[in-house]
Amino acid sequence: MPELKFDKTKCASCKAVSCLVKCQYMNLDRNEAKKEWQKLINGEDSFVLETCTTCYACEEYCPFGNHPFYLIVERQEEKNKLAAPRALIRQWVNMCEPVGKFMVGQVKEQALSFCLIPRLQFLATGKLFEDVAASWIIGAEFFCNAVYLHFSRMSVIKDRLPKVVENISRQGIKELICLHDECYATYNSLAPAYGIEVPFKATHYFEYLYNKLKEFKSDIRPLNIKAAYQRNCSTRLIPDIDHFVDDIFKLIGVTRLEREYDKKNALCCGAIILSLKGYDIGTDVQKRNLDDMVKCGAEYCVFNCPACWDPLAANVAKRGIKPIHMIDLCRLAIGEKPVLEV
Amino acid sequence: MGEVYETLVQIVGKNYVSNHQEERYFYARDPGLMAPHEPDYVVMPKTTEEVQKIIRLANDTKTPVVPKGAGLALTGLVIPLKGGIVVDMKRMDRIVEVNEGARYVIVEGGVTHGVLKAYLQKHYPHLRHSVPESPPISTVVGNVVIHGQGRLTQQYGFHSDMVSGLEVVLPTGEICKIGSCSVSPYWFSKGPPMPDLSGLFLGWLGTTGIITKMSLKLYPQKKLKDVEVFVTDREDLVPDIVFKITHTEMIEDMGIWSQPRPRMFADNYHLNIFFTGDTEEELEFRRKMVWHALQEYIDSKDGGFMQLPPEMKPTFLDNPQKSMSAFADLRKGGGFEYSGPIIPMELYPSFARKAQELGNKYRVVQNASGRVIQQGHCMMFSFAFTFNRANSEEMERCRKALHEAAEFGLEKGAVLWKPTLYEQKMMLRRMDQNTINLMKKIKQLLDPNGIMNPGNWEVE
Repeated sequence: MPELKFDKTKCASCKAVSCLVKCQYMNLDRNEAKKEWQKLINGEDSFVLETCTTCYACEEYCPFGNHPFYLIVERQEEKNKLAAPRALIRQWVNMCEPVGKFMVGQVKEQALSFCLIPRLQFLATGKLFEDVAASWIIGAEFFCNAVYLHFSRMSVIKDRLPKVVENISRQGIKELICLHDECYATYNSLAPAYGIEVPFKATHYFEYLYNKLKEFKSDIRPLNIKAAYQRNCSTRLIPDIDHFVDDIFKLIGVTRLEREYDKKNALCCGAIILSLKGYDIGTDVQKRNLDDMVKCGAEYCVFNCPACWDPLAANVAKRGIKPIHMIDLCRLAIGEKPVLEV
Repeated sequence: MGEVYETLVQIVGKNYVSNHQEERYFYARDPGLMAPHEPDYVVMPKTTEEVQKIIRLANDTKTPVVPKGAGLALTGLVIPLKGGIVVDMKRMDRIVEVNEGARYVIVEGGVTHGVLKAYLQKHYPHLRHSVPESPPISTVVGNVVIHGQGRLTQQYGFHSDMVSGLEVVLPTGEICKIGSCSVSPYWFSKGPPMPDLSGLFLGWLGTTGIITKMSLKLYPQKKLKDVEVFVTDREDLVPDIVFKITHTEMIEDMGIWSQPRPRMFADNYHLNIFFTGDTEEELEFRRKMVWHALQEYIDSKDGGFMQLPPEMKPTFLDNPQKSMSAFADLRKGGGFEYSGPIIPMELYPSFARKAQELGNKYRVVQNASGRVIQQGHCMMFSFAFTFNRANSEEMERCRKALHEAAEFGLEKGAVLWKPTLYEQKMMLRRMDQNTINLMKKIKQLLDPNGIMNPGNWEVE
């Protein structure tokens, strides 16, 4: 089994304990944070395990890239201090089990990954994808499995991920364009953290879109809109891709609104928090986020992850803001119609 | 026999009576597991008076009569066990009246749920009736007569509880009105404040007369509806969960189900919780109350709400649910039957375990589901099995599984819903003797010649 590359000496020298002090759901001062974190390092019990909403943000807060969240998930499973109800864990583990129902297109060295999300296939159409649209993979055999970070099941990730990497490699893929942010995060954060070798290049679809838009620069009609960007949990594992949001927006004339809940202080879609913690916390997160979008004058809310779209898009629309997926936004800028609608 | 046929032709016209092999074959069976038995005649009356004449003829000739709606009870209740005349009610398909203010509809004996639902949606979009999960061709009267249940059962009880008047052709040929319509032009009550005679016909499986008209209560059709699915891995908690949800009085309907396939549903127990509202605020308030009621299970990790993507919701909100039909044909070959004991909620855990046991023991595809009846006074629990009609060995295993389910149910304290002939006998063996005597007296009084659906509820 792959093991987490966790360096406790980095934590020993850390004065800020940002992983816990900056947590949006725990109110800890540095001393308390240090004490609780040390318990987790030592393999002792801590209330952190049950309080954690699995927003992933501590991965971004850690200045050493020491993977505090992955350690939390490891400890949750070890101590059986589960983040989620058991029945939901079981459901997810069963639902994404590889059973040979994967599908592939005419796979070439460069291929699109639709993960386990059929609607991504509908998004990857039009001029921006015409060179690569026929080359794709989808199914549990290619599913990144990062979702189990929400379900205290690092063991499932460690068991399934090496096989997934092998399955993708067997297709002869040299560059995998990940249309699901979480897949990119898996191959560029989770896999290295566990020493799992990834023999192909995983490219984030933001980067792909940015390069394609440059190719079609003459087709771009600036949108001249103000947009709130909805960060999803897995972007916390790969904060280095955030600049592509700004780069793309700049190319197509979109203003990324400065608001309270963006960048490091972003709020997630709330769906997982709702499931794991209940109505009050989950809806509070969603309400604060939407209020903030309205307050800062957002005309559009740009989504990265389809899993955020489901619980949030309709509510965004009810507040008078147009929800749009990043791919659709780019499509709009070159005169094509969006695919995903509420 | 020739005389009976000729008389039937005189009553309904030659296009609506048959003694041909094709019709006799078709009307000899239902989609369940009971052995077929052919009728001698099939007749399709159009009016109450024609039904009356058919019954009089049957009395004169001592010919058995079996009234039939769509024949979808699955338990052989419309199989003419002793031959005779099957009275197919499909041509009596008029929606006679809707009283909007008093919220009731009067339908003829052959009106289907699909037609009534469509009619109300078109002409009275703010009114609805309780739609069962059976196919839309099932008849309203047929479903009520077997004490069916539907989307409004959690709130208002069995469909027979929603009846507010009857017109019945008695086994001796008289046309009899039951309820307020017997003294008034209004069909608002099936009994109160008078003696409630509807009990002489509801649940008797067509052995005490033919219902030619029925008044059914209608209910508000709310503008918005939604569903949440709560999942737990502990069947022993289900009765408490149901109790807590029903205590909120916030929901429309609740169904509980477990099944081993597909894998994502394996080893868990699912509660579909339906709620409605006229505004977003009302809907959200109801959702909040339901979530709050179950917060303790989320905290203890004993259960949680499924994330339902928008594209999955229509499947859950369908009424009737198409997924039931999909399950019914899982083994292909069109075989499906279930045993539906009515049980107090506290028995759910043992029944859910038994369903799994039967699936494994008899190697049959099973689905265990239930519908909460009237805030949890009881529930209908369904041991459902699907089979391939071309596989007689598999059908035999399903028969055995159903038989064991029925015996288990009675042993535990259940009452069997729409029982097969064999299950009726099992219940009669356990029934209080004075109750049996009362049933016998009623049956003899109403049907002295024993012509009505003979074999069913037959006291030795």
